[in-house]
Amino acid sequence: MIAAGFNRAQWGYAVLVVVGLAAPFYVYPVFAMNVLCLALFASAFNLLLGYSGLLSFGHAAFLGAGGYVTLEVIRAWRLPIELAIIVGTVVAVLLGIIFGALAIRRSGIYFAMITLGFAQVVYFLVLQMPWTGGEDGLQGVSRGKLLGIVNLQGNLAMYYFVYAVFLAGFWIIHRTIHSPFGHVLRAIRENEPRAISLGYDVDRYKLLAFVISAGLSGLAGSMKALVVQSANLSDVHWHRSGAVVLMTLLGGMGTTLGPSVGALIVAALENYLASYGSWIAVITGGVFIACVLAFRRGIVGEIRALVKRSF
Amino acid sequence: MPDDVILETRKLTKEFHGFVAVNSVDLRIRRGAIHALIGPNGAGKTTVFNLLTRFLPATSGSVIYRGEDITRLRPAAVARKGLVRSFQISAVFPKLTVLENVRVALQRKLGTSFHFWRTQRTLAVLDGRALELLAAFDLDDYAHAITVELPYGRKRALELATTLALEPELMLLDEPTAGMGREDVGRVVALIQRISAGRTILMVEHNLSVVADLSDTITVLARGSVLAEGSYSEVSRNSAVLEAYIGAEQ
Repeated sequence: MIAAGFNRAQWGYAVLVVVGLAAPFYVYPVFAMNVLCLALFASAFNLLLGYSGLLSFGHAAFLGAGGYVTLEVIRAWRLPIELAIIVGTVVAVLLGIIFGALAIRRSGIYFAMITLGFAQVVYFLVLQMPWTGGEDGLQGVSRGKLLGIVNLQGNLAMYYFVYAVFLAGFWIIHRTIHSPFGHVLRAIRENEPRAISLGYDVDRYKLLAFVISAGLSGLAGSMKALVVQSANLSDVHWHRSGAVVLMTLLGGMGTTLGPSVGALIVAALENYLASYGSWIAVITGGVFIACVLAFRRGIVGEIRALVKRSF
Repeated sequence: MPDDVILETRKLTKEFHGFVAVNSVDLRIRRGAIHALIGPNGAGKTTVFNLLTRFLPATSGSVIYRGEDITRLRPAAVARKGLVRSFQISAVFPKLTVLENVRVALQRKLGTSFHFWRTQRTLAVLDGRALELLAAFDLDDYAHAITVELPYGRKRALELATTLALEPELMLLDEPTAGMGREDVGRVVALIQRISAGRTILMVEHNLSVVADLSDTITVLARGSVLAEGSYSEVSRNSAVLEAYIGAEQ
């Protein structure tokens, strides 16, 4: 590490930040925004899977809840966009507390099944409740103005807003992982009975991780819904919960950048292969199988291992 | 309860679906003593440990620690009261560094363990104390190694260092020399002797020479019940004990 300056990792991040700033000039901004939202979603998911060892199979509920609630409070209550995002995120946090408090007592497959069950309940509610628009979802909600000044109807302005939120969310995750709390979380993942015998109430730590993950997933959902100005059933469907597992494993679980890379790949496949129709699922599935067989640690995980070996 | 008894069990019992693993066990651990729990395989020694530390709920009976009934506390709460256990299989955090292993134990006292918004650099204040503990166990050279790479004997030493970081009043050691070569056994015996100053130790141990060297009092368990209790020379002459051991070896 160079004492008075950036180390290698920090240089890497600086380059990525610049790439993110330039992105909307080279790729379609709506696509780029979608990638950022999914990347934040996957990173939030990774906080749970990669750093707490908990496999949730119901994270679509938080993403979807954030999106639906944000659009609805803009439409029905005419809330400004910033407040709407906060309300959407808070609802996801509250859902996270309820899901988490009950699911956290179990681990492994039982934890996954409880979260899946909850997410199915949310899916059913979204399908049946009058304000969510059933099969049609919520559509045509205006993005409005940020702080009453910046018009976000333009895609470029919206992009930089999404980008700022993504960076903030990413920073929160990074900080959480590298905090005193993150240390205890790692210890729990490594050896739970030992962590208990050191006096840690492990369930409380897991619950906090779950709630942070749920809240940031809700934030990603809020942003995503604002980008496409709509929310629909696919946001709360269990396919979405599965896709985020796929993105995280593809990119590398337990790595900082892995989930974002995974989100980029999955979104790019879906975007550029759109003309192949339902074959997308087959192709993404094939890529996923190939990746998991060829590099178990995910793309970023393998690169990291390679760099470690050669330096 | 007299002052010099730190831990007492009263008719402690654990049944698993009708099978009585621990049967009405009355233990009294004197403050400052090294107390060994021995017995043939399946005697219920580890189950007793699990009951004392609340890793298993007791079917009936009670556990009194420093005059307080802790039978219904959560396991982490028991640990916070100063009754800390080790495990039969080496209980370390394999992917953390050796220093981080000890620091995780020290960290709780800072009261910032839920602070996800703080940087981990705030934990550096503990590094000095952590290194001190590592040095006491000859582990300071390994401080920045990833724990999984340590030899087995060192891992057990690290486990003791981590347990000691909590400054427990009562340490429960579950087979501290299990799976060790003779050299490592000697080292661990010396370590236990050293850390026993000012605290109480209750240990489960198979190696009878370790027990003979270390313990003030020995309780022999067989089939979930107390068979005999006393010093090593008393217990080793007890005919019921001899019978239980020989019976178990047949």
